[in-house]
Amino acid sequence: MSHALQIKNVSKTYRGGKQALDDVSLDVPEGSFFALLGPNGAGKSTLINILADVVRPGSGQIRLLGHDLFREHGWCKRRLGVVPQEVAFDPFFNPREILHITSGMFGAKADEAWIEQLLERLELLPHAEKNSRQLSGGMRRRLLVAQALVHRPPVVVLDEPTAGVDVELRKRLWTFMRELNAQGTTILLTTHYLEEAEELCDQVAIIDQGRLLMHRPMRELLDEVASRVLHLSWPKPLQLDAAQQQALTRWRPRVQGSCLQLCLASGEQQAFHDAYTAASLLLGPPQDVALMQEDLEDVFLRLTGDHHERG
Amino acid sequence: MSVDNYNPLGAWTLFQRETRRFLRVKMQTVVTPALTAIMYLLVFRYAMGERQVPGLDVPYFDFLIPGLVMMAMLQNAFANTSSSLIASKVMNVHVFLLMSPISAMEVTLAFLAAAVVRALIVAVVLLLVLIPFADVHLVHVWMILLYGICGSIIMGGFGMMAGMWAKRFDDMATITNFIIMPLTFLSGVFYSVHQLPAFWQQVNRANPFFYLIDGFRYGFLGTGDTDPGQAAAIVIAAAAAVTIACWWLWRQGWKMKE
Ligand SMILES: Nc1ncnc2c1ncn2[C@@H]1O[C@H](COP(=O)(O)OP(=O)(O)O)[C@@H](O)[C@H]1O
Ligand SMILES: [Mg+2]
Repeated sequence: MSHALQIKNVSKTYRGGKQALDDVSLDVPEGSFFALLGPNGAGKSTLINILADVVRPGSGQIRLLGHDLFREHGWCKRRLGVVPQEVAFDPFFNPREILHITSGMFGAKADEAWIEQLLERLELLPHAEKNSRQLSGGMRRRLLVAQALVHRPPVVVLDEPTAGVDVELRKRLWTFMRELNAQGTTILLTTHYLEEAEELCDQVAIIDQGRLLMHRPMRELLDEVASRVLHLSWPKPLQLDAAQQQALTRWRPRVQGSCLQLCLASGEQQAFHDAYTAASLLLGPPQDVALMQEDLEDVFLRLTGDHHERG
Repeated sequence: MSVDNYNPLGAWTLFQRETRRFLRVKMQTVVTPALTAIMYLLVFRYAMGERQVPGLDVPYFDFLIPGLVMMAMLQNAFANTSSSLIASKVMNVHVFLLMSPISAMEVTLAFLAAAVVRALIVAVVLLLVLIPFADVHLVHVWMILLYGICGSIIMGGFGMMAGMWAKRFDDMATITNFIIMPLTFLSGVFYSVHQLPAFWQQVNRANPFFYLIDGFRYGFLGTGDTDPGQAAAIVIAAAAAVTIACWWLWRQGWKMKE
């Protein structure tokens, strides 16, 4: 499989000593729709700004479609479109002019049909001749998306493109991004909305406190989302030994204080009974029992939460 | 070196963007300097009467005009690059410039070329407005162009550096008011150094603007405080040095990239 992006051992410490990225390595397969998730301050924008050449790289290597991002600037920049997180607009020009200018700056002769299509798909056509000053926040953000796409880059990176965009419009943006992806564009997306990642992306990576926690196909992550989680608790704190861990392994046991959590896969008929019996045999009858629904958000919290405990 | 390292269309687009930006606000960028110059002229015409500039034997009035034109050129060249960059930063649009495949040299040349174009437009407008009032001739056209263009490159370059350095509009106002204004006013636009006491003559000779304005004026009057032929090499070298400095700083991402 060829890679749109190969990020190797990238670290970044800002002046002032804040380490925003700590040895991040990540491969983004060509043609994938990739979600980069993480809480605020995780380092997502730092990574994207390094890709965009807006923030100086600290150490590490990045290859874009096999080419060295830090050496073959000209080649790489023509093939990369980035939507920055911060809204930016040029008050001197209207959206149509801005798209022409951006196109030229990226070395591409303005493609009128494509610009027209972008304006239409991003619902900017009625505002194309307005001064950018008159655009609402949502319109400005969509204009940024259009700017990132205007030179038809094969790799597109969007830093929270749908933040502050209303639900209806967000769905229409998704449709557009899905079409682009279907036509072969690799898309890397950061988002706060897990729903968005689940809906769109086929690959997902989670980053927290500058470190990559995991990267896997979305399908695998969703498989990990159990339909129900059994919470069992005992009067005193638990400590599973290796044998107990082994015996419970199919339910992916997790211990939190005196509580044991077991994931019950959706397909299994006897899941509750089996898990409950196995746990009480090993640890004695539990004091309390609860059955919870789990979603991607819980998995996310579980993963980042784990990290916080370790850190 | 592959063809990907060059982006002439990108540089050309950037140049056009920087030119259109000031043409959009002609009132501020072209009409205002013209009006200011006319005011100076009216004031000095009646204040100085028919007086001659000591040591040069030219009417004060004819002496003043080239200086006013050059001062406007220098200030406008500075304003074009500096205001564009600081506005870009404040509006966050500079990220598109950093992201785009335009090399540091192309960025520098596009910015400086736009600054020179603005300075030349302002100069032509001012000359058209002022010449009817005075007996001014284009004695050495090559010298006028050389000093005018090199001066604009130097000041456009300083403007670019100031724009890279500044974080807010306020920073830029500080530079303009405390560095650019004093240097231009004390550069010999309004007086000849021969009128000054020896100490102040020395101070004046340390002001780079002094040579730019004197050389430019020489092109009109055929006389001046310095030998502009000798200073020509220095002026060209200074323009080249400033261009290289801008290129180097941009390439480093100085004050532009965290
Ligand atoms: N320019 C900067 N200077 C210093 N620290 C920064 C800068 N930008 C971001 N940071 C810090 O780096 C960390 C990562 O920030 P960021 O990459 O913006 O995270 P995210 O996009 O995941 O919310 C945060 O702690 C943030 O405060
Ligand atoms: Mg961010």
